[in-house]
Amino acid sequence: MILTLLKRELKVARRNWIGLAIPLLFFIIVVSLFPFAVSPEAPVLQKLAPGVIWVAALLAMLLSLEQFYRSDYQDGSLEQLLLMSSPTSVALSKILAHWLLTGLPLVVLSPLLGVLMQINHGFAHADHTWVLMLTLVLGTPTLCLLGAVGMSLTLAASRNGLLVSILIIPLYVPVLIFGASTVTASLENMRYNGELAILGAFLLIAIVFAPFASGRALKISVG
Amino acid sequence: MAKAWRWFHQLGSPKYLFQKTGQWLPWVWAATLILLAVGLYYSLWASPIEVRQGQGHTVRIMYVHVPAAALSMIAYIAMAIAATVGLVWKMKMAFAVVRSIAPVGAAMTFLALFTGSVWGKPTWGTWWEWDARMTSELLLLFLYLGYIALHASFSDRSKADKAGAILAIVGVINIPIIYFSVKWWNTLHQGYSVTEKGALDPAFQTPLFLMLGAIYLLFAALVLMRLRAEIILRNQKSRWVKEWASGSEVKS
Repeated sequence: MILTLLKRELKVARRNWIGLAIPLLFFIIVVSLFPFAVSPEAPVLQKLAPGVIWVAALLAMLLSLEQFYRSDYQDGSLEQLLLMSSPTSVALSKILAHWLLTGLPLVVLSPLLGVLMQINHGFAHADHTWVLMLTLVLGTPTLCLLGAVGMSLTLAASRNGLLVSILIIPLYVPVLIFGASTVTASLENMRYNGELAILGAFLLIAIVFAPFASGRALKISVG
Repeated sequence: MAKAWRWFHQLGSPKYLFQKTGQWLPWVWAATLILLAVGLYYSLWASPIEVRQGQGHTVRIMYVHVPAAALSMIAYIAMAIAATVGLVWKMKMAFAVVRSIAPVGAAMTFLALFTGSVWGKPTWGTWWEWDARMTSELLLLFLYLGYIALHASFSDRSKADKAGAILAIVGVINIPIIYFSVKWWNTLHQGYSVTEKGALDPAFQTPLFLMLGAIYLLFAALVLMRLRAEIILRNQKSRWVKEWASGSEVKS
């Protein structure tokens, strides 16, 4: 059932690929602003890199949420989906599609941003890029899951664009802290598996609660 | 047990709840004002000044700061409990309670942040420090404001209630996570001063506990008043409200 729903999501999204590319472009452009604003010197950029890349990824995830929910809600297909299957599986399929089409591309693009932000400056053989990718692999699904709850809650609200951000950003803070601090620890040659484990724990907690909460919220928005 | 359940169900009736809160409110206000007067007397005049913290009188800020901070968290937990009751038993009055707590809780959070900041300037030499408790208190304020913003953006009140209830529950699961995450950079803030034995001189305890009690009661009084206003707002069309508005007593 979830697979069928997921296929549908992917098919709908494929027809709107520009909409999917915009958050990714946003991700790159926001990061490239920092050298202009702060300093193009490599040590400075390197110090900022984990935080800047993570904040940009977080904002790109928030921006891309809308298109997975809004049009389905407006044209009534969400209502049909909810009649067809359980709210949790509808939510789960949307979360999966959102991660596959935004989270995963962000992970793939992050090495490029690592280069722009001089993440390997001063290290001859460094795996900071891998660490960055790993934190995003563990962190972005949590962002999708929490974002789904916020988006489902605000579907029927009149002011929605910025409202989701206000609701969800406080909940994103723990993921941001551990995502960025893992990379920082790696840059400072410290052990980072503890932070990675916590990121993983957040993901597991979110997988347990968020699809259910998001499903209930979708039902409230439609019902 | 059966009696307890009956009472619980009766609280779900707007008219009953309005009537009962109307009876409680004068008593709650009276107790609040008495305790607040005594507490303020102790904390502003009768309490000793703290020598170790440099400027002795700043310690008096603590008597407002600590109760406000305690309330800011307890209010959110109360919101989440009421939200759960509302969603599980489909009790509309529980949603009215959630809505009534939110602004008072937000005000307490703001008060805790503000007094903390005013206290921090002379004591630590800074208005703001990104340490665990201050940061999570700030995020708590955002959670309150998020609930208020979400609730205000629906034209359909029952949808607003349910969506807000889910947000309150999601938020309460996140509060410990947020707290332990931001503890990462715990730098300046002192350890728990109330629960740790010996940390707080007994001379400071009397005014602090009096003020804690007073602020709790003040919170209860404010929430009850808001709740009564919510009940009237939500039941404008029912007959008893119209009769009440035209000046007659609410009879059961």
